Amino acid sequence: MNQFIMPIFSVAIPEMFVLSMACIILLVDVFLKERHRIVTYILVQSTLVIAFLITLTQYREYPSPIVTFSGNYVLDKLAVLTKLFVFTVSFFAFIYARNYIKDRNIASGEYFIMGLFAVLGMQVMASAYSFLTIFLGLELNTLPLYTMIAMWKTSRASTEASMKYFVMGALATGLLLYGISLLYGVTGSIEILGISNLMQQAMNQQQLVMVLALVFILAGIIFKFGAVPFHMWVPDVYQGAPTSVTLFISSAPKIAAFAITMRILVEAMPTLTVSWQQVLIAVSILSMFAGNVMAIAQTNIKRMLAYSSIAHIGYTLLGILAGPHSSQGYSAAMFYIATYVIVAAGAFAIIAILSNKEIELDKLDDYRGLNTRNPWLAFMMLLLMFSMAGVPPTVGFFAKLGLLEALVEAHFVWLAALALLFAIIGAYYYLRVVMYMYFEEPKSSVAGAKISMSPGVLAAISVNGIAALILGLLPSGLIDMCRISVA
Amino acid sequence: MHSLLSILIWLPVVGAVLALMTGGDKNANIARVISCLVAIANLLLCIPLYLGFDSSSYAMQFREDHLWVPAYQIHYALGVDGISLAMIILTNFTGLLVILAGCNAIKIKVSQNMAAFLIMQGMMIGVFAATDAILFYVFWEGMLIPMYLSIGMWGSTNRSYASIKFFLYTFLGSILMLIALLYLYNQTTVFEIQKFYGLKLDLHIQKFLFFAFFLAFAVKVPMFPVHTWLPDAHTEAPSGGSVVLAALMLKLGIYGFLRFTMPIVPEASAELAWIMVLLSLIAIVYIGLIAIVQTDMKKLIAYSSIAHMGFATLGCFMVYEIIRHTGTYRDAYMSLEGAVIQMISHAFGSGAMFLGVGIMADRYFNHSRLIKDYGGLANRMPIFAAFFMLFAMSNVGLPGTAGFVGEFMVIMSAFQAHFWIAFIASSTLILAASYTLWMYKRVFFGPVKSEHVEVMQDINWIEITNYILLAAGVFFLGLYPEPVLNVLHATVGHLLDQSLPAAMGEVK
Repeated sequence: MNQFIMPIFSVAIPEMFVLSMACIILLVDVFLKERHRIVTYILVQSTLVIAFLITLTQYREYPSPIVTFSGNYVLDKLAVLTKLFVFTVSFFAFIYARNYIKDRNIASGEYFIMGLFAVLGMQVMASAYSFLTIFLGLELNTLPLYTMIAMWKTSRASTEASMKYFVMGALATGLLLYGISLLYGVTGSIEILGISNLMQQAMNQQQLVMVLALVFILAGIIFKFGAVPFHMWVPDVYQGAPTSVTLFISSAPKIAAFAITMRILVEAMPTLTVSWQQVLIAVSILSMFAGNVMAIAQTNIKRMLAYSSIAHIGYTLLGILAGPHSSQGYSAAMFYIATYVIVAAGAFAIIAILSNKEIELDKLDDYRGLNTRNPWLAFMMLLLMFSMAGVPPTVGFFAKLGLLEALVEAHFVWLAALALLFAIIGAYYYLRVVMYMYFEEPKSSVAGAKISMSPGVLAAISVNGIAALILGLLPSGLIDMCRISVA
Repeated sequence: MHSLLSILIWLPVVGAVLALMTGGDKNANIARVISCLVAIANLLLCIPLYLGFDSSSYAMQFREDHLWVPAYQIHYALGVDGISLAMIILTNFTGLLVILAGCNAIKIKVSQNMAAFLIMQGMMIGVFAATDAILFYVFWEGMLIPMYLSIGMWGSTNRSYASIKFFLYTFLGSILMLIALLYLYNQTTVFEIQKFYGLKLDLHIQKFLFFAFFLAFAVKVPMFPVHTWLPDAHTEAPSGGSVVLAALMLKLGIYGFLRFTMPIVPEASAELAWIMVLLSLIAIVYIGLIAIVQTDMKKLIAYSSIAHMGFATLGCFMVYEIIRHTGTYRDAYMSLEGAVIQMISHAFGSGAMFLGVGIMADRYFNHSRLIKDYGGLANRMPIFAAFFMLFAMSNVGLPGTAGFVGEFMVIMSAFQAHFWIAFIASSTLILAASYTLWMYKRVFFGPVKSEHVEVMQDINWIEITNYILLAAGVFFLGLYPEPVLNVLHATVGHLLDQSLPAAMGEVK
């Protein structure tokens, strides 16, 4: 038995803060009258802001990585920046959610508190340094999400989506746990560092078991990401969930999932690089293909964006698989996922803004003539769509450029060409949205309907859309951040 | 002035934002005035650009260089040599025409229309001025968005199809170029185009790069067989959009061949030049024949554009054949210069004709562009008919007009190398005359065809201004091309030096 070492608690201050605030807000919310619910919302948002600031000070305070809590917890640049992203994106997601859930009589207090717990889960994921904490974070992240989807009690689609997500999620968890247990059987450790060292020694005797463990763990990760072949839940859940939740699911958790992928594949299993690289090549090609091709056939824009998210995950994986052989593969992948999250959040937000109490306007058809109805909103959507398609001068271009550069450097030129080919297929359905918005007149049923936004939402969506352009013109800051975090 | 190029690029973009801020169609006139002022200012700024340019030097001038994305060594680097100077002035000239035409013809969503065209203008200047490969690519792709919108928003019936086809076609073309650029970056660790020139690459790698670039530029030119987007895009685009497409966007492809393909992969270019020559000849003859049977005026001019661009590509890639046969630089030089002149002269001729079709269609009751709907227009619109005759003649290549100079130079030099190639190319003189003049006869001559033609008004002062400007361009280039050639001399000579494989370079 090792001697007990006092953990450095200060490393986990943001997590402790968010946890205690979540509990306090839960209590406060019980005593609030329905019309004072805004207090809950404000408290949740300020928690995020303060947590952001605390994490920011940590960035300066701990220049070199710290592993503590008996090797279960780490604070490095990757963890800090992932958390900062998560706070920012969640902050925006909650702004967009506020009016949406109020209109639909979704319990607004619980909604934000659940959201806060999910954020806590993502924080734990970002800092997790053993399979135990990784698993803990993952579950803490997804359980509140199941609830948030089901909170729209009057919507059958939401209940179905929640159920589907839960069952599929449980399966993924099972796979992941099985992989972890195999790995533990071989190495006798669940810590990232320990596994990394022990695997090197065990490599010769038990390679088969380790590859088996890797396959199960990868299956779990791919499931969480929503990439082919474990992508089936994505379209159903994205479409069925209330748009504000879809927005949340499609954004922040992806960044956290990226962080644990980095920990597991790159830090824990460098010995198996060749194996996971091959798997990821197949997964990314299939994801780009299936995502982009299936998206073309969709008439529901939420479902279309769900398939598009599968394709984008495929692109992100390209960066990870090119990482071992290139100087900037990992950072390009992180840049890609970070910018995708910004863009996806904006796109779902616009869907949420357009829908109103009576009807969900999530058909592609409903976007006809948006430019006539509200030019600014249409312009924001235009920027977001072109960014997803990867057309300069939007940020999507630099995201793709970074990936391609890494692929070419890693001598995967054919993969780069393939990725671009799929990007062209993808461009078609993004262009179609623009086509509906700009080239056609509004449907008579919605032509007169006013699009109402609170000033906060207007500001948020403007920042979000313009960010897609500004980051495309001046991408250096974000690229450097990503490089630092995976250095 | 050290930031003259930046001002030229970004002034239209700022103008576009200002125009957009005027909002809906209530303030359409303010948007019109803003865009006209910006376009005029931009054209005036070309004067110091021209005067400050040292035409005896082939070096990049008016250079600007800032590190843009340090992670990938991407620079915001601008500069002009003779060819890009000529193209930038042409862009600004055409930009003004298009804005003026738009003021007159566009009635809905005026501010957005003006903004789209201004942004396009800025991006296009950026393409010609960029000396960093990624910056070039950003501008190259950046102009797709406004062009896509302008075809789709103000085009005619089948506009959605045409605009998406246009976008996907050009997008498909450019992606392989991006991979080629990344490959070159991995060889040199910079994106500076000049640094790519000196690379000694293996022949088979050069061939890959050649085809990657070929796809990007051939789609833009467009060359046979990847030309099919152009007739659609041209026909459906509003007349301003057609003018930009014909006068400027097609030139980007040729410019790409000159800036990337020939100097970066000289050995492969020399080896594969026959493909380019063959495709150019097909474009000249086959597309010329197709143009004859068109019933839609815009389609006819679109096909004639493809045929004329065939001349420009022929002029570029004949240089290898010419040097192989004659052993001297002199004729190769003329061929290349002829290609550049052809780019400029085609802008005047076809731009003016596209404007003309727009003018006719605007006045016709159902905006028809079919030749059979018109007839005897000269009786109703005499001034217009006179101007149109001039531009039709330039399109045919009548001596004294702009169209003659480039074609003559290319054919003359081609004769030095290969009789039959020159002979086939010369067939354009007959083909162009037949499709252009036959169309002219059917539309303008004869008795007034119907009551719809009967009521058509002659052109107004804005349109006359436009046409006077274009006519000036046609005559200037046709009668006294010396100032343009002067600017080109040093640059073309240097380009030729760089574009010849080492084995050929010793000829002199």
